[in-house]
Amino acid sequence: MTAVLSTHGLVARYGDFQALYGVDVELHAGEAVALIGANGAGKSTFLRAVMGLLPVGRDMVRLDGEPVGGTSADRMVKRGVAIVPEGRRLFTGMSVEDNLKVAVDQAARLGAKGGWSIERLHRLFPILKEKAKTPVQSLSGGQQQMVAIGRALLCQPRVLLCDEISLGLAPKVIREIYAALPEIRGAGTAMILVEQDVGLAKEATDRLYCMLEGRVTLSGRSAEVTREAIGEAYFGAGHAVV
Amino acid sequence: MQWFDALVQGILLGGMYAQYALGMALMFGVMRIVNISHGDLVILLSLIGISMATAWGLGPLAVLAILVPLGLFMGWLLQKAVLNKVVGSDPLPSLIATFGLSIALQNLMLQIWSANSRSLPGGGIESRSVDIGGIYIGLLPVIVLVVAIALTWGLDLMLKKTRFGRALRAAAADVEAAAMTGINPRAVYALATAVAVGILGFAAVFQSLRSTVAPADGAAQLIYAFEAVIIGGMGSVWGAFIGSMVLGISQGIGFRIDPGFGVLAGHLVFLIVLATRPQGLFGKA
Repeated sequence: MTAVLSTHGLVARYGDFQALYGVDVELHAGEAVALIGANGAGKSTFLRAVMGLLPVGRDMVRLDGEPVGGTSADRMVKRGVAIVPEGRRLFTGMSVEDNLKVAVDQAARLGAKGGWSIERLHRLFPILKEKAKTPVQSLSGGQQQMVAIGRALLCQPRVLLCDEISLGLAPKVIREIYAALPEIRGAGTAMILVEQDVGLAKEATDRLYCMLEGRVTLSGRSAEVTREAIGEAYFGAGHAVV
Repeated sequence: MQWFDALVQGILLGGMYAQYALGMALMFGVMRIVNISHGDLVILLSLIGISMATAWGLGPLAVLAILVPLGLFMGWLLQKAVLNKVVGSDPLPSLIATFGLSIALQNLMLQIWSANSRSLPGGGIESRSVDIGGIYIGLLPVIVLVVAIALTWGLDLMLKKTRFGRALRAAAADVEAAAMTGINPRAVYALATAVAVGILGFAAVFQSLRSTVAPADGAAQLIYAFEAVIIGGMGSVWGAFIGSMVLGISQGIGFRIDPGFGVLAGHLVFLIVLATRPQGLFGKA
């Protein structure tokens, strides 16, 4: 079975600073994979590189086996990849409805088809219906995150990249957002979740990769990987999770 | 009464400035590009229009019908060929590129049309006026104002209601996030500049009907557009319109105080706004 998304020796740099040193990750259809690691391990860089926001070699990223590395972000959307970016990056000054409509517009323009509509999104996150006319900058962090997830879903992705969707949110809100993930997966969307919270990551995914200093130091089934193994991979050899 | 007259004349003058300012506000708002060649593009379109009118005996409406699509195409080409290569978070490269383009256009126009002043024959419309309660109002300035309001309203509606407008606002808010949502920023930019220069097609017809144009006149048009946009608040469509009104009224009242003071009065109001409210009257701090 070929992976829907795979990276092969993925290398990325910001100017002179090399952030990724040959990362191999595979994502199969309908699967959820977690990417964990400390700050600066290269998790967000990995997502940005996959999404076409950083220059990478053609063969380093494959979608359904086809090389797509370095394809611009808008064309990655056309090919069925969407991202919930770090920091949410909503369109400030526009209403919730207009933020979502931008994605609907572009999906229609690009001919991307899928099961997501604004109505279905409202069933998933009812608060977004209530706040439809509200400018996004007046929403709470959790509501903003829901808009960011909704905007990505309305791009009708086969692969959804989520960058720290729990960051800065209250535990109750995090649970609410994570409770939506099964339905998103149920729609046939495969996911890569970048997550700081190891417990949350293990629960929500089938497999996980742990990164350290731009390399994958551990991979395995989320249910089977031990805390000790993660601790070692997370901080480097010789450390342990207390 | 004469001050009221000055106010009315100022508002009508503001209508002309609004036609320059809209495109500049759009380009700045979406791409953070200050297009130095904005005024020269007005003059270029004007001179093309005048030449066509002279050669083929076209009336102002026919010239308008040609200049607007021509402006759209020129704007699209300008963005595709030049500005897309220099647009980015640093505003300096696009500033230098459009400055260079401005000089090149002026010299090109001098080469083709010489330094002579020309104007577009309007078939009498330019000198007709109506008497409203003792104030004589020129028909042409009223048409200019009505067209300016219609353009502002239309542009605002386009930004709010259409797919292209939403894409433009999204790209203006966060261009990378827009790309992540499937927007091709360079395609959207090309259309934005097309619209900005297309509007100058209107400005070109009215400018060459109400006065004369010569290849070196672009700088003055640029400064009025620039001032209107700054006064209103950069990047806002109705802000640019109101800024144009403020500039027009300042000049109208200034002209009434002393005929030599009009243009300077506009500049002074611009400087006062810049000093006391640099984000503009409608800009967000």
